[in-house]
Amino acid sequence: MSEASTMTDQIRVLVAKPGLDGHDRGAKIVARALRDAGMEVIYTGIRQTPDMIAEAALQEDVHVVALSVLSGAHMELFPRVVAACVERGITPENTLFLGGGIIPDEDAAALQDAGFSAVFGPGAHTGDIAEYVREHVPELDRS
Amino acid sequence: MTSQLQEWLDGPYAKATGRFPERREAFHRSSGEPLDPIYVSDVNGDAGSLPGEYPYTRGIQPTMYRGRLWTMRQYAGQEDAEASNRRYRFLLDQGQTGLSVAFDLPTQIGYDSDAAMAEGEVGKVGVAIDSIDDMRTLFDQIPLDRVTTSMTINSTANILLSLYAAVAEEQSVGRDQIGGTVQNDILKEYIARGTYIYPPKPSMRLITDSFDYCTREVPRWNTISISGYHMREAGCTAAQEIGFTLANAIAYVEAALEQGLAFDSFGPRLSFFFACHSNFLEEIGKFRAARRLWASIARERFGSENQRAQMLRFHTQTGGVTLTAQQPDNNVIRTALQALAAVLGGTQSLHTNSLDEALGLPSEHAVEIALRTQQVIGYESGVADVIDPLGGSYYIEQTTDALEEEARNYIEQIDALGGAVSAIEQGYQQAEILEAASSFQREVETEAEEARAGSKSAGKRGRVIVGVNRFETDEDPDVEIVRVDPTVRERQIEKLERLRDRRDQTAVSAALDAIQQAAATEENLVPLMLEAVKQSATLGEISDSLRQVWGEYRERIVV
Repeated sequence: MSEASTMTDQIRVLVAKPGLDGHDRGAKIVARALRDAGMEVIYTGIRQTPDMIAEAALQEDVHVVALSVLSGAHMELFPRVVAACVERGITPENTLFLGGGIIPDEDAAALQDAGFSAVFGPGAHTGDIAEYVREHVPELDRS
Repeated sequence: MTSQLQEWLDGPYAKATGRFPERREAFHRSSGEPLDPIYVSDVNGDAGSLPGEYPYTRGIQPTMYRGRLWTMRQYAGQEDAEASNRRYRFLLDQGQTGLSVAFDLPTQIGYDSDAAMAEGEVGKVGVAIDSIDDMRTLFDQIPLDRVTTSMTINSTANILLSLYAAVAEEQSVGRDQIGGTVQNDILKEYIARGTYIYPPKPSMRLITDSFDYCTREVPRWNTISISGYHMREAGCTAAQEIGFTLANAIAYVEAALEQGLAFDSFGPRLSFFFACHSNFLEEIGKFRAARRLWASIARERFGSENQRAQMLRFHTQTGGVTLTAQQPDNNVIRTALQALAAVLGGTQSLHTNSLDEALGLPSEHAVEIALRTQQVIGYESGVADVIDPLGGSYYIEQTTDALEEEARNYIEQIDALGGAVSAIEQGYQQAEILEAASSFQREVETEAEEARAGSKSAGKRGRVIVGVNRFETDEDPDVEIVRVDPTVRERQIEKLERLRDRRDQTAVSAALDAIQQAAATEENLVPLMLEAVKQSATLGEISDSLRQVWGEYRERIVV
């Protein structure tokens, strides 16, 4: 990782919508909230493939990749995004992977094994998400 | 001299009840005292606007639910055609009166199940339909001359309409006998829902092609369901929902007029679709305001002389976004109140959400409770026994007026930006919706913070969501999670392989070429699509042939 990404810098977050789902209210609300919390946020828009998301994460050298899916395709798509990121050297050790959407608890547990640090569902408080990011980004291995 | 009310009773009301008797022999109070069909402020003088008469504030028909209850139409569809067909037959057996098909995202966006972009999404939010084989299975043992079917389908609406007509033909049901609706509302896809394929101009042409075709060939078909629902779900206010929806309607009408169609000929086949959220009385006013505003637009802006083209007929769905994952049983109450507001607002058909939809796909038990909610309102509550029972309430009437005025202002703003399409390209509606959604979120979070801190302002400034930011419990909801069979995609791919082996490839290629050539001209594409689906061309192949001519739309990102 580059010199620019030491923990004293502004936290950079990629908010992305993998797959074909168009429900972007949650993604946009989280993107805005994190920006209002002082982070630099890049929002991809809808209909992104795992490769497109991984490429954006690489180009933007982000600390956080936050994915939102409400179509039920999270178990297929989320791990594929992580895999595409890992191919580019973006791993759960150096980058925080977060998930959001209509995600049953047992899936959330399985996603944690797949590299996601946390999953936020309906009713989540955006302040809690920002706090979670602030707390966990410094623990990343950005060397 | 006869009073206005008496003239209405002797005129439109008597005519309607003469043609179709009311659904009960008598409507009465618990004491047996008979109920009038409608109550007005002055029985001997000015009775105000009456149902079935311009501007339709109190309802579009002279008898409303005394004649027939609204259509109870639960949106459903999952996995493949076999599974969805089973669910439809279950719902029809339970007393549902119309079908409403949910398609999966690949079907909505013009991809076959074997396309790379379809990975993970096949059969998830609805049923996967690749070809006429799937469509035939979907309606197996469902007589298409006796049910009406609403299809939530937009960019690929003409393909699905063609598939439906082709399957009806196989059942010996003519195009003039089938009834139903395709959503076919592309503008709100650009604004809020996201299943667009092509840029606005060719997308609008697909819509005017369907207006033209259906007016001539499928007279009982509602060619469009102009939808505020998804914009509301994305966060807009009640007034914006009316304003943005009617501004989109104006854009469709203007596009059709440019094609030489006459408003009074296609106007009666326009239908609308709204959400119903939790502010009970405001929502009732919203529906009344929307009806009145559309009637005046039809008359004043488009010079309509056909009453049927001035009536805003609409479907309602309760607010998906109002459902909570916390304490999900409470969603039954939310949905019941929203459904009641939709009925008091005069909806023509209604979908009630299931209690578990903030957690996943609805279980059959939850769907059944949702349907029973409508039946309790319709058969037990008595609200359907008189027309527009809240009409004349000071608050309801003034809310109706205020929302109409506010919505009219939004339409003027959109006109000033060059109309709905141009406003979308400038990101206007998207930005307004996001602003409203953000402010809603702030209110909910303000409440959460003040409640957590035990602040004295708790409950005074923020927005309370029961079970989420107030009255919370630690219990885990005990809700059965419905899973989509993970082998759906493989099975669809096998079916596609068999189809491609079996069909006459020369005929398929010729049909696809014809579509592609016509796409560059002004020829109506619907008859060509009908021919292509009968030759077993797939939905993805037809969509791809148009993609090659028209290209794809890229979203204007607004955050």
